[in-house]
Amino acid sequence: MTGMDGPVSDALLKLGRHLRPGTVSEDLRTLHQIGGRQGDVFYRDRWSHDKVVRSTHGVNCTGSCSWKVYVKDGVITWEAQQTDYPSVGGDRPEYEPRGCPRGAAFSWYTYSPTRVRFPYARGVLVEMYREAKARLGDPVAAWAEITTDPVKRRRYQSGRGKGGLVRVTWDEATEIIAAAHVHTIKTYGPDRVAGFSPIPAMSMASHAVGARFVSLIGGAMLSFYDWYADLPVASPQVFGDQTDVPESADWWDASYLMLWGSNVPVTRTPDAHFMAEARYRGQKVVVLSPDYSDASKFADEWLAPNPGTDGALAMAMGHVILKEFFVDSATPAFTDYVKRFTDLPFLVRLRERDGAYLPDKFLTAADLGQEGKEAAFATVLLDARTGEPVVPNGSLAFRYAEEGKGRWNLDLGEVDPLLTVQGGEAVPVALPRFDGLGDGVLQRGVPVRQVGEHLVTTVYDLMLAQYGVARDGLPGRWPAGYDDAAEPYTPAWQEAFTGVPAVAATRIAREFARNAEQSGGRSMIIMGAGTNHWFHSDTIYRSFLALTTLTGCQGVNGGGWAHYVGQEKCRPTTGWAQLAAAADWSRPPRQMIGTAYWYLHTDQWRYDTFSADVVSSSLGDGAFTGKSTADLLSQSARLGWMPSYPTFDRNPLDLADEAAAAGQEVGPYITGEVTSGRLGFACEDPDAPENWPRVLTVWRANLLGSSAKGNEYFLRHLLGTDSSVRAEEAGPEQRPSSVAWPEEAPRGKLDLLLSLDFRMTSTTLFSDIVLPAATWYEKHDLSSTDMHPFVHAFTPAIDPPWQTRTDFAAFHAIATAFSALAKTHLGTRTDLVAVPLLHDTPDELANPHGRVRDWRVTGDVPTPGVDFPKLVTVERDYGAVADKMAALGPLLERLGATTKGLTFDVSGEIGRIARMNGTVRGGVADGRPSLARDSDLCEAILALSGTTNGHLAAQGFATLGRRTGTSFEGLADEHKQITFADTQARPVPVITSPEWSGSETDGRRYSAFTINVEHRKPWHTLTGRQHFYLDHDWMHEAGEALPVYRPPLNMTAMFGEPSLGGSGIGDSGENGVTVRYLTPHSKWSIHSEYQDNLLMLTLSRGGPTIWMSPADAAKAKVRDNDWVEAVNRNGVVVARAIVSHRMPEGTVYMYHAQERVVDVPKSETSGRRGGIHNSLTRLLVKPTHLIGGYAQLSFAFNYLGPTGNQRDEITVIRRRSQEVDY
Amino acid sequence: MRIMAQLAMVMNLDKCIGCHTCSVTCKQAWTNRAGTEYVWFNNVETRPGQGYPRTYQDQDKWKGGWELNRRGRLKLKAGGRLRKLLTIFANPLMPSINDYYEPWTYDYDRLFSAPATEDTPVARPRSLISGEPTKITWSANWDDDLAGGPELAPADPVLRKLSDQVKLEFEQAFMFYLPRICEHCLNPSCVASCPSGAMYKRAEDGIVLVDQDRCRGWRMCVTGCPYKKVYFNHRTGKAEKCTFCYPRVEVGLPTVCSETCVGRLRYIGIILYDADKVAEAASVPDEKDLYEAQKGVLLDPHDPEVIAGARAAGIPEDWLEAARSSPIHKLIFEFGVALPLHPEYRTMPMVWYIPPLSPVVDILAKTGHDGEDAGNLFGAIDALRIPVEYLAELFTAGDPGPVKGVLNRLAAMRSYMRRINLGQTPDESIATAVGMNGRQIEDMHRLLALAPYDERY
Repeated sequence: MTGMDGPVSDALLKLGRHLRPGTVSEDLRTLHQIGGRQGDVFYRDRWSHDKVVRSTHGVNCTGSCSWKVYVKDGVITWEAQQTDYPSVGGDRPEYEPRGCPRGAAFSWYTYSPTRVRFPYARGVLVEMYREAKARLGDPVAAWAEITTDPVKRRRYQSGRGKGGLVRVTWDEATEIIAAAHVHTIKTYGPDRVAGFSPIPAMSMASHAVGARFVSLIGGAMLSFYDWYADLPVASPQVFGDQTDVPESADWWDASYLMLWGSNVPVTRTPDAHFMAEARYRGQKVVVLSPDYSDASKFADEWLAPNPGTDGALAMAMGHVILKEFFVDSATPAFTDYVKRFTDLPFLVRLRERDGAYLPDKFLTAADLGQEGKEAAFATVLLDARTGEPVVPNGSLAFRYAEEGKGRWNLDLGEVDPLLTVQGGEAVPVALPRFDGLGDGVLQRGVPVRQVGEHLVTTVYDLMLAQYGVARDGLPGRWPAGYDDAAEPYTPAWQEAFTGVPAVAATRIAREFARNAEQSGGRSMIIMGAGTNHWFHSDTIYRSFLALTTLTGCQGVNGGGWAHYVGQEKCRPTTGWAQLAAAADWSRPPRQMIGTAYWYLHTDQWRYDTFSADVVSSSLGDGAFTGKSTADLLSQSARLGWMPSYPTFDRNPLDLADEAAAAGQEVGPYITGEVTSGRLGFACEDPDAPENWPRVLTVWRANLLGSSAKGNEYFLRHLLGTDSSVRAEEAGPEQRPSSVAWPEEAPRGKLDLLLSLDFRMTSTTLFSDIVLPAATWYEKHDLSSTDMHPFVHAFTPAIDPPWQTRTDFAAFHAIATAFSALAKTHLGTRTDLVAVPLLHDTPDELANPHGRVRDWRVTGDVPTPGVDFPKLVTVERDYGAVADKMAALGPLLERLGATTKGLTFDVSGEIGRIARMNGTVRGGVADGRPSLARDSDLCEAILALSGTTNGHLAAQGFATLGRRTGTSFEGLADEHKQITFADTQARPVPVITSPEWSGSETDGRRYSAFTINVEHRKPWHTLTGRQHFYLDHDWMHEAGEALPVYRPPLNMTAMFGEPSLGGSGIGDSGENGVTVRYLTPHSKWSIHSEYQDNLLMLTLSRGGPTIWMSPADAAKAKVRDNDWVEAVNRNGVVVARAIVSHRMPEGTVYMYHAQERVVDVPKSETSGRRGGIHNSLTRLLVKPTHLIGGYAQLSFAFNYLGPTGNQRDEITVIRRRSQEVDY
Repeated sequence: MRIMAQLAMVMNLDKCIGCHTCSVTCKQAWTNRAGTEYVWFNNVETRPGQGYPRTYQDQDKWKGGWELNRRGRLKLKAGGRLRKLLTIFANPLMPSINDYYEPWTYDYDRLFSAPATEDTPVARPRSLISGEPTKITWSANWDDDLAGGPELAPADPVLRKLSDQVKLEFEQAFMFYLPRICEHCLNPSCVASCPSGAMYKRAEDGIVLVDQDRCRGWRMCVTGCPYKKVYFNHRTGKAEKCTFCYPRVEVGLPTVCSETCVGRLRYIGIILYDADKVAEAASVPDEKDLYEAQKGVLLDPHDPEVIAGARAAGIPEDWLEAARSSPIHKLIFEFGVALPLHPEYRTMPMVWYIPPLSPVVDILAKTGHDGEDAGNLFGAIDALRIPVEYLAELFTAGDPGPVKGVLNRLAAMRSYMRRINLGQTPDESIATAVGMNGRQIEDMHRLLALAPYDERY
């Protein structure tokens, strides 16, 4: 027998074995033991628990993971993932166990030292309030005095964010809040009140209850999806849809997967396994990321495009696909797809200019002499069989008109759309280019046909010209081959911009298309914030979507785009939307584009040191010339394109009274006042005190620690406290012409910043009042996501501890206090709501051909609803707000519930809700179904949505079928009704519903647009097809009618920042390095949530960090873990450097939403506390995002609007003194 | 033959996304208490990197595990039993708190309590050891995702063995994650190191535990474990370690780290082994033979002789059934893709790993190896981004042969399955080339890709 090391120790051990209870092995090597294990009882005790409660995390991460929360002795101990998701069929990996380390660390917050346990308020404000109230005897009068006395106002505003919070009672807090609201509504108007709470899907009831309060009083709810820059504007542009994407289990269906600007293991942690596992099924994975990311680890090929140049690579890939799979030899599957489902065969008119032709507008029936309002929206193609023009079904012309009934579909009948008019004449066309080479113009040619009096070509022919795919017999300058680097958009051309080898670009494009051909469209691109947060991301995305659409992958399981940025999919959307907007009591709600709101009210517009035509094409007509972005914003508002709140420079409650006093309808009264110059738009003078926002409530959000692009401008102008803004305001020649410019920009617009949270954030630190919120383990609510097809519940594991309350309870307390004061101070008033032209309504027909007619320029009297916002009066019984909040109002039966243009008759559901929730006794809501508890609200959301109520889904499909003339029978599970109790028991798969574009029927995995493709249902666009071509005037002005490459903005030219790669001199005179500054999503937080969590801080580096390459670190003489300062005109960040060879030279990452609460010292540069990641960014509004009132380019809330992009920024990084001061 | 049962785990590194959920759920369940702030029964380290505690794999420095003496007999690397007894009061081979990290918290209370002042309140870091303000210079996972790579990774003991081949540069960047728990070894050097007899291996399932009543805090186990997976609780003065979640596994639940693994890469199962063969197998002279030697100790649960022997040894019938359906046995033997971590420590570890395929070939892929094309499939393995030699130093005492064998099988599975995915006829020659047949590949695909809950555990 093999023995141990030596005889002496053997002897010792042999002696020892007789002293021990266990069994020592014969060779004396090891000790086995049975029984006698009292010594291990500790771990058994540790594991024991009293109950396990199902809940989830209400954080904006798309996770929506179901968790087990363990409770022992009434205390939450820890959490672990649930594993009981319904099966996805056994032929693919299951969803269990969804979760991530951040979620696993959540329970730390429950009893953590950063937990907000009590209501807090700014001490100096409370003192002044108590004194004034004691003296004046009235809360509203007290609030009025403090906020209008310049000295008092200054006193508390300048103290924002600088400590001095004191504990107050709930009663006092809600009284001050109520007084602020009442005073603001009375004095300035309800549209001076705003609410900010993002992402309803992450906790629907908590969102809806606050939004309901804001909407009932006439306040504005601010959008978030566009503001976060998560909205891919390309989606409404191309699909006419907000965003619709496959669930993650559908990645398994893909046989070719590109991860483009999306770091799936980090940002989609619970679902990354589908990607890892699909590889075993032979899926090829290509990762495109500037750094060697967590995702790159899984890549068969890793391409590292230079940041922001992804569009160039995608355009070159499109070039390869168009050449090899369309022109050189047609691929029948692709050709058939694009003829049916895209605008490629549609005809576009050409107009002549300077001897060349420019692509102009879609040819419509109106151009061919047809009469009627819809004719200008009846797009035309040629029938290959006859060569004659045809108006096929499915365009916007058929969507609303009586005669379109049964014809809004994609049936082509016998028609064979002609893809190209090649074979006859050809003309030269001029197309824009933005690559900085050449003269800004591509000289290409297209074949043409004369139709009536119009010279036309097809979108397909224009696409080939744009992409530079040569065909015989066409005029113009064309690439000589793939290796021609001078002519866009060849593989060799892109290499100079992206750094990706031309051969790699060619090969991947070819593989992607060939796989689509072999697999029936199962090539997928997961695209993420890395490519979606740029100023020109809509162009980047359109070049991506060209790849998936040309190859027939959209509307196919396992194919198409998979955009996951923001948990945008609130699956029971109809119920949520109605309740959040309080549309059961009054319509319409005020819903505002967040980006424009912040851009104006934080005065970032004053720092635009460039003209709006920096985005113009050299082929444009000059629509932006001589204007600033603020000019274009006000133009968009006054034409009714985009919403604008506050709307007018007077209180809308008074305007309704004035119209009545004048004996006029509000429409003519208002347009008369405006054209006469007596009434102005607030956005034309945003710095005038009567136009400021006054009261802002933030809940389920951390505006100032996370999303506030231009953070320092927020602090300076909106809040009126200290900031680190270093930028200069625009000089006289760059200032807006139609927006007033007071010499002194205001500081401190907001009277009240109120936040509700369970932890201390940068927002609570700057708030005037902080209310202690219940956590996600302490309330009832609902959660859903785009990543999985389930709806499931939050459940309280414990009651809200200390003085915390659920958002539901908090807003009801506020509403009660408000109603009591409002009864006497406000009474019942008539509110005048200005509403923009809305998507998925006949408003889309307001501007034929997307032509801009500005009444202010022409001098005409505008018409509300055509070239002016619609004007609607709403009666508001301010004393009854609390009662209305707690009951389901009567408008639902009368007007139904509309989602994406489809109206559901919900009258049959109201009785069921009443039976489940009980009814209200007495007051304005007597007899109505109760919404008095959070669970009631959840029940109503589920009952009023097709995805969770099969009756409504089936009814909706029947209604839709009458319009399309096609059948959707069998899609909806008509008899399935999901109750709140079902969602508490287990995640429940949703029902296929016309609220969305894909099908879950028979356990199928959700993929967007499968209903469109399989049931011939049109997309919600002009042609009813997916659009490559956008013919609005402003799209032409921007040179973006077709997919195009636009490089990142040049911050040196626009703002005088140092050049990229240069040394950039820091303030202290030391050399630094000028680099691209990116803020990708973090591994250790979800936005700012968890970045202060001790577990996550322990697993990372314990505080704010900036990742940089060894080469950049060497230039700035920085070593790993050194303190550095990042400085540009927008502000200053202090952080530690992480030097890693996984970073490319020239780019640094400061992972998103590292805020100022943890380990942020004072800056050497400013002498003040270092900022958050967004201290170096600012808002830049892209004018084309402001287009409205035209087909799919029409406003809908969180659906279309300017994005709060932030990726184009650069900064100087320099090493600072290693001695830091807090 | 003396048949014993052992709970064992396999982790598929090819699926690990490095998310650390396992670490957090484990810590929340077991070690978020005073005295164990720095303790992570489960941790995940980025490789190349120093690991936790740093450079623990450098046994020239830390002297963990076993070695052979001149007579070819096993001896604890930290010194013989006698030497251990003699140095019991002065153990120089302990990682200090700085080799783990000095745990800290923050002055969160400032965020509420700061009086009206000139600047925004902030929570600055404070040591949980000294209570004083601190500067954070190391953490449980400091070099995550190649953080500090050029400066820190050269100290990776594994990388040092092949440093001349590896450049820490952008174009050649590679990384993978290594999640680690206690190895619950068949030949545990921690148990052998304990002078108090407080450490033991449970007879029925092989879980290695510390008897909290008997532990005297000598900390020889910390030294003895080459994986540094026994920790010292500085509050109780006793050793603590991963318990394989025995309060859970005893009632049929998988370990916390396994059940919460969102990469779905952990497998748990019963393995039968011949306890009489352990010492002999652990003593084979050539380190490169240890992988095969350890396999030789493990028994075939389908073998009638083994079944009879196991019954005689009192192993219950349901355990034998579990052993027959064990995913661990399949992964080690039937599919041959799991390898032990550092067999050269001679502890016979029972947490095994499937090495990462790392199919990324080259950023400058001018002539790409397409991982799915059977034609150049196996040639591509040599060009993988993660050097095979690095993996071999982890799993096979430096022998690249077995690692290449595993990677070839994984690659073959992808190639074989791709044809099925695209509706083409299966190509049996792909399976044959890696010593398998198509059925086996499909079975392996089911276990690795579909990986249903009740087949993982």
